[in-house]
Amino acid sequence: MTDAGYDDWLEAVDDGEGYYLACPEGHGSLPPRRVCPHCGSTELDQAALPAAGTVETYTVCYVGGPDFEEEEPYATAIADFGDVRLTGLVRGMDPEDVTVGMSVEARVGTNRTTGDDVLVLRTR
Amino acid sequence: MTGVRVAGVGLTHFGRHPERTGRDLFGEAALSAREESAVPLEDIESINYGNFMGALAERQGHQAPLMAEMAGLQCPATRYEEACASAGVAVREAVRTVRSGEADVMLAGGCERMTHLSTADVTEGLATAADELYEIRAGTTFPGAYALMARAYFEQFGGSREDLAHVAVKNHDNALPNEYAQFHRAITVDEVLEAPMVSDPVGLLDACPVTDGASALVLVSDEYAEANDLDAPVSITGSGQGGDHLALQDRENLAVTPATERAAAEAYADAGCSAADVDVVEVHDCFTIAEVMALEGLGFYDLGEGIGAARRGETTATGERPVNLSGGLKAKGHPVGATGGSQIAEMTRLLRGDHPNSDHVEDATLGVTHNAGGTVASAVVHVLEVDR
Repeated sequence: MTDAGYDDWLEAVDDGEGYYLACPEGHGSLPPRRVCPHCGSTELDQAALPAAGTVETYTVCYVGGPDFEEEEPYATAIADFGDVRLTGLVRGMDPEDVTVGMSVEARVGTNRTTGDDVLVLRTR
Repeated sequence: MTGVRVAGVGLTHFGRHPERTGRDLFGEAALSAREESAVPLEDIESINYGNFMGALAERQGHQAPLMAEMAGLQCPATRYEEACASAGVAVREAVRTVRSGEADVMLAGGCERMTHLSTADVTEGLATAADELYEIRAGTTFPGAYALMARAYFEQFGGSREDLAHVAVKNHDNALPNEYAQFHRAITVDEVLEAPMVSDPVGLLDACPVTDGASALVLVSDEYAEANDLDAPVSITGSGQGGDHLALQDRENLAVTPATERAAAEAYADAGCSAADVDVVEVHDCFTIAEVMALEGLGFYDLGEGIGAARRGETTATGERPVNLSGGLKAKGHPVGATGGSQIAEMTRLLRGDHPNSDHVEDATLGVTHNAGGTVASAVVHVLEVDR
């Protein structure tokens, strides 16, 4: 399946050129968007995604759906990257060692069950 | 504008009925509601039906006309889908239709068939209430999403898994006498804390079960009730709905639910009441943390204070404002598309005095129901009042 906008964004993250969409009011959002979800502005420009984010919350999931059978247990985290947050799989460490406040960077990995691309958060 | 009365309620048993079709479940609930209401079949003008994942679970889309047929009705039928708040919006739109004068009698409710699916398939189906691109692909499950909110709550406001365990214990206690409830089993705080982890910090006994079931209500205008001499002492006097960004990552604060605040503000204004007037509450406790955030969003507690309510005994059956006397989603069960209708059916029974837990609220005049979709990207609040 092709998801125009999202696929391009993921590819950019994979290339180390991650971005988000910024409106004149300073709100951030992720593609595909035509309108800022926070204020309705249609003036959306690409802005560089900060290299580092901070884990704001996470969970260690022991019962995933069929697409995550090969992953369990796994940690999913929401990390603050300034004007946007990203939700990703935490890789490169024991899921039970994830902590709030941990510094992470956004990468692209492979879903071990489906082989699809997946947004990954790794410790820096 | 006319008032809206609950002329009859119908519920199936909530629980594991893997062999029963969704159509049969809803047919039972609709027939019960019709019989209790004593409203003639031909007077029901349309049906609002809530269902979330029937197209996945039963490979049955276009369910509303099928459900009208199962209820014996030949009238327009519309399915409402707002994830776990599907029946809540179905009822809300029925209330609005009656108030507008478009109809005098509506049937509203919902149904979900779930337990015939594997745990993995249920997990996948429920997760579709989240953002497919940005949440589901990152492994967010329904318990996982609430786990993310629970940890954010702990970080901001404090509280512990033990506080949450008291919510589960309370709701299991409340379900004990409820003939429609999935669980008739008292549990302890230790059992909740020692239960297997589903998605840390949400354990198995912090989570509502997977449930089959249906709910139905016959709603009528004041004029219809009076003209037909119906015994319908409970009115829906307030209705509100709120929305929020679908994905958690786009919310301003991961530990609060402004959709609930917006729905409550609208419903209270509609009914001319405030949070302080509310005697009894049914909230959307799909996970123990969800009850906490609902109580804060509804204005009963300041942020960070709701988590201790069950532990302090304020929301238990004998507390000052009982919460989830039905057992809640946690112990009564959560057939997602039926839940919003079930909450109003249970509140109606509680206020009329014919619920097994009515004795705990015999002086109550005003109750509130709160139904949420996904991680509360949708919320529906209703105010119910009884003639005393």
